[in-house]
Amino acid sequence: MASTYPIQIDKTVHNPLLQKAIYTATGRLIDMRSAAVATVPNFQELRTQANAVKKHTIEHLDHYLEMVERNVEGHGGKVVFASDANEVADFILSLAKQKGAKLFVKSKSMTSEEIHLNSRLEAHNLEAVETDLGEYILQLADERPYHIIAPALHYTRHDVAKIFTEKLGRSETEPSDQAMIARGVLRQKFLDADIGITGANFVVADSGAVVVVENEGNARLTHSAPKIHIAIAGIEKIIPRAQDLAVFLALLGRSATGQAMSVYTSFVSGPKRPTEIDGPDEFYLILLDNGRTKVLADEGKRESLYCIRCGACLNHCPVYRKIGGHNYPWVYSGPIGAILTPQFHGIDKDPWLPFASSLCGACGEVCPVKIDIPRVLLELRKDVVEAKTAAGTNKLEHMIFRLWAWAMKRPKAYERLSKAAAIAAPRGDAQSGWIKDLPGFLAPGPVAGWLQERDLPRPASKSFRELWRERNKK
Amino acid sequence: MSSREAMLGRVRTALGRKQADPVPAPPPLRLVVPEMHTAARIASFRERFEALNGKLRVVPTHADARVAVDEILNGRAAIASNAPFLKDCGLTIPTGFRDRAELKAACATAPVGITSAPYALAATGTLVMLSSDEEQRLVSLLPPAHIAVIPASCILVNLDELFMRVPLPADVTSALVFITGPSRTADIEQILVRGVHGPGEVYVVIVEGC
Repeated sequence: MASTYPIQIDKTVHNPLLQKAIYTATGRLIDMRSAAVATVPNFQELRTQANAVKKHTIEHLDHYLEMVERNVEGHGGKVVFASDANEVADFILSLAKQKGAKLFVKSKSMTSEEIHLNSRLEAHNLEAVETDLGEYILQLADERPYHIIAPALHYTRHDVAKIFTEKLGRSETEPSDQAMIARGVLRQKFLDADIGITGANFVVADSGAVVVVENEGNARLTHSAPKIHIAIAGIEKIIPRAQDLAVFLALLGRSATGQAMSVYTSFVSGPKRPTEIDGPDEFYLILLDNGRTKVLADEGKRESLYCIRCGACLNHCPVYRKIGGHNYPWVYSGPIGAILTPQFHGIDKDPWLPFASSLCGACGEVCPVKIDIPRVLLELRKDVVEAKTAAGTNKLEHMIFRLWAWAMKRPKAYERLSKAAAIAAPRGDAQSGWIKDLPGFLAPGPVAGWLQERDLPRPASKSFRELWRERNKK
Repeated sequence: MSSREAMLGRVRTALGRKQADPVPAPPPLRLVVPEMHTAARIASFRERFEALNGKLRVVPTHADARVAVDEILNGRAAIASNAPFLKDCGLTIPTGFRDRAELKAACATAPVGITSAPYALAATGTLVMLSSDEEQRLVSLLPPAHIAVIPASCILVNLDELFMRVPLPADVTSALVFITGPSRTADIEQILVRGVHGPGEVYVVIVEGC
């Protein structure tokens, strides 16, 4: 799995087919969500409840981690605490060796994408097959997900046909045929697999259970057919009680795809019981940190960990809808990616991310667990600026803002300056802007970059203050 | 120090908590179950389930259920779970598997799988499966078509009612699965395709009066 991508926003923005694909897909998801939400009169109450439950769990996470462990083990499963990607891989590799396992089937898991699990397994000659249709296509193409819940959103049927022709020797172009081709290949993998790996939408503390939500049935096959089931979950996925699911499941399907219930929701609590005929003999739950405790330590941004990965903030984000999923530096894209990535990887690595937002607030409004994403973005911007100030790398910016502040505090001076600008600005069409006509030396480095896509409107010949005074004179 | 201790230590440091610090009760539960009589439950189940392309038959007696299943099968071979309700309906489909490999092989080739379900949900058109020696996971999963025969009395209003009746599912099963309509994907151009991994056809036969 390719891990880093060059940021190619220009290429995405100027690819009309891709623009249409992103816009149509996210637009449909927006429509389906709003239709589904409209049928639930108390939807806001559900969001408030989910937020309160998540807040409580995250703030007492040590308690709930121990409760999960106790209850998983009470039902015959085993909990593995993993600090990072290496510890996950080490555990799975040693288990595979011990059991003589060669073939893994996987259902969609953002957490396993986060730690590049497949490439780690492949490096040890183990076969790990993605079984969600979108993820399977991506695995064949060696790409990472374009969207949290619609991973192959950027492909047309013809792209899929090209990938299937190259990798499977099948050139069908109808999505229904393509789905059946994948079904045929993957069905055999399910029947042959030694170990199934799923993610977890929720980890239920009072039950020691993982909850997996899906539409295809591949996750059910993954945890039902092989003799060993491994679930990988971030430590933030915990909810206290099975009964909390009544609220969370009502929110998740509607927010993600506009479904009142997704087709399949599995609540798996341990291996098969002694009297059962099918189901796995062994169940392992890997609880992954991988940077989460760092986020947890920051009280002001801790709520970023409430996320249930529904993808609604991506669909509603005017920036995501323009630049798509692969122009974000990590597997988590869109507004949630813009707040998670800097917190996991350090603010110095992608300092532009929290600024890649118009702060329109749509993400916060649709978030089913009420994460105040716009507020966290602002907090992160503050962190970026503070880091720059500490390093002394934003002196020019500082100077400009100090000048600006000076002028803003002196109405007379401000008015004179804007009058001067109105006179100095070249005449012409009021809409077309004017700064870009300035000679190059007046638009240095960062200013030139800013002007590539936008400009200031020409100042009006009379300011609002002037017009106001004239009006009052009459 | 083990990874476990290290992680719990990091979590406690991040939260400013110590081991065995008290934990307040979680926020009160929010479970809401509207009043709904049986006929309304069946009607709601029908509306939701059929909207998802599920096929519903409502029959008055056990014997009628058997006839309905035969009609749906229309000569196709099938495999059934060990659910007692299926026997009550007089279904004589191969069943009684005791061996995993045998069951897996049979489910992998059967055109139709027949189960009952301990509960169904009116609000969403959902079947609630609890894996047990009576209900095997693969019967409703591997065959391309699934028929569930259920008594009308098992239809609950919604998820909230289910979690009131079964507050701790892990006490009764190792796997609780909600099935809401046929398997589907929209991963290619958002075009709906049914039956990509699970059954593409789902039939429910509700037996009234029991």
